[in-house]
Amino acid sequence: MEDFVIFKSVEKLIKAHEGIEREVYLDLENSSPIPKEIVEAMIPYFSEKAYGNPTVTHKLGWMAYEEIQKASQRVAEYVGASSIEEVNFTPGETESNNLALIGTALANKEKGNKIVISDIEPLSITFSSKTLEKYGFKVEKIPVDKEGFVSLKKLLDAIDKETILVSIMLANHEIGTVEPIKEAVKIVKEKNPETLFHTDASDAYGRIPIDIDKLGVDLMTLSSYKILGPRGVGALYVREGVNIKRLLEGQIGTQKLWPGVENLPLIIGFLKASELAFQNFGKNVSQMKKLRDRLIGGILERISETSLNGPKGDKRAPDNANISILHCEGEALTIELSLKGVYASSGSACTRLLLQPSHVLTAIGRKFEEAHGSILMKVTRHHTDEDIEYVLKVFPKAVERLRAISSIKGGAR
Amino acid sequence: MSRAPLPYSSKILELFKNPKNLGKMEDATIFAIAGSPACGDMIAFYLKINEDEVIEKATFESYGCAANIATASITTEMVKGKKLEDAWKISWKKVADEVGGLPTVKIHCGILSVGAVRRAIREFYEKKGEKPSWLQDELTIEEKQTLEEEELAKVLSEKLVRVLSKKIGEK
Repeated sequence: MEDFVIFKSVEKLIKAHEGIEREVYLDLENSSPIPKEIVEAMIPYFSEKAYGNPTVTHKLGWMAYEEIQKASQRVAEYVGASSIEEVNFTPGETESNNLALIGTALANKEKGNKIVISDIEPLSITFSSKTLEKYGFKVEKIPVDKEGFVSLKKLLDAIDKETILVSIMLANHEIGTVEPIKEAVKIVKEKNPETLFHTDASDAYGRIPIDIDKLGVDLMTLSSYKILGPRGVGALYVREGVNIKRLLEGQIGTQKLWPGVENLPLIIGFLKASELAFQNFGKNVSQMKKLRDRLIGGILERISETSLNGPKGDKRAPDNANISILHCEGEALTIELSLKGVYASSGSACTRLLLQPSHVLTAIGRKFEEAHGSILMKVTRHHTDEDIEYVLKVFPKAVERLRAISSIKGGAR
Repeated sequence: MSRAPLPYSSKILELFKNPKNLGKMEDATIFAIAGSPACGDMIAFYLKINEDEVIEKATFESYGCAANIATASITTEMVKGKKLEDAWKISWKKVADEVGGLPTVKIHCGILSVGAVRRAIREFYEKKGEKPSWLQDELTIEEKQTLEEEELAKVLSEKLVRVLSKKIGEK
């Protein structure tokens, strides 16, 4: 019953936002609004067309089959895959990453027992590698520098004849670092040509040009909601010939690595989101970069004792802004910003179940107090100059109020 | 590691927006801090205690989440006007009830507030050089938990520095 009482209070929390001047959603890391045209593209597939199961021999099944093949074809083209067989739709980034790590480890355990990841991978990679450790695999984590770039020397040292898989993100989800994946693949394969290379490209797809053959990776994770598509869908690219095991068993349909009935409306939404991201790709990306730099520059300029997490310029994902604000706790700041209509997230321990703040921020050498005061924001092509101006207007006031409450440095003085 | 949903009570939001008894107190009799910047939670309490050992005034400062600010604020309200003996008896549960309930992962905020108050009271008597009979020797649950949180954050952040400098040193 106590839980119920607490739950009821959410209504009042939401009500406290009434009358806000403007709303700017920047929490693209955790979920996204779906643009109307994407929703409209999905709607007919719920109840009007192609709602059959693509593996059953009737008209509605064949229609679904045709649509899935088309979607696979388009996604394959966007990343430069050579066949549609290499694109596997999954329920999202978490599922794709689990499948990539655990699926290849299990399928290749005769070749070796070592997995190499970086210190700043998303939880779906770090946790699935922990699961593998429990089953006897060895996991080595490669450190990164102050901007989040993985140490290629350390990576090379970590590769041995037992190494079956390396997994390093293409663009980091928290600090936007665009990793030198092409170089990393090259040195890994030169040392052990049998070692597979997976990259989680969820934060790169649709924002950074991807050519799978040029990168040389064997597996790649793609996410839908991070490009404004629906949640609950993503993909895992698996190069032809790579050994990988399914994690779940059941009715196998068109997606050989993920059993169950294909969720066509979501796949259509993912496809539409991809089309829109790649249409006017250059223009979209420069818009995001412009807004990102204004947001970062504006905050660093207007608020003292702030610092950017991750690199600047072209080695940073076009949408990512992550700033540490000293003497200002991140969870309190997300609430303060929310009350002004600006929605973002924080790497603070206070938003988490344990006392530790974001492992990505601590891996780049941020102290706990810097990580607790971090704010993560991502821009989209739909944001406007006015949106950013509004954020820059309310952000310093929010920080000022919380710093005035703060017990650090004598607080209110 | 993982995030928990935090459906705060409206009382917490209200106190977060308009905290009562906020700020440093220049003429405080006693002052205590609980938590640390590394914890991501740090409360400072300032108490003005009169000759009858009654808390005349209580203020706070907080570096922490909304629950931290709200529980610290409500605690100052709860101890104000109370004799030290009665202020000592305020438990984290009472604080939690007073703010309309705390989500499970935020219970430590209530604990930290009470831990800080009790730390201040102990210090008051230590300075005075006397110990009333009601003041137990053994640390209370709230005081122990406060110490544990402070130590854990310290150990974790120090461990991290060690691991990182080792890793980076090897590069």
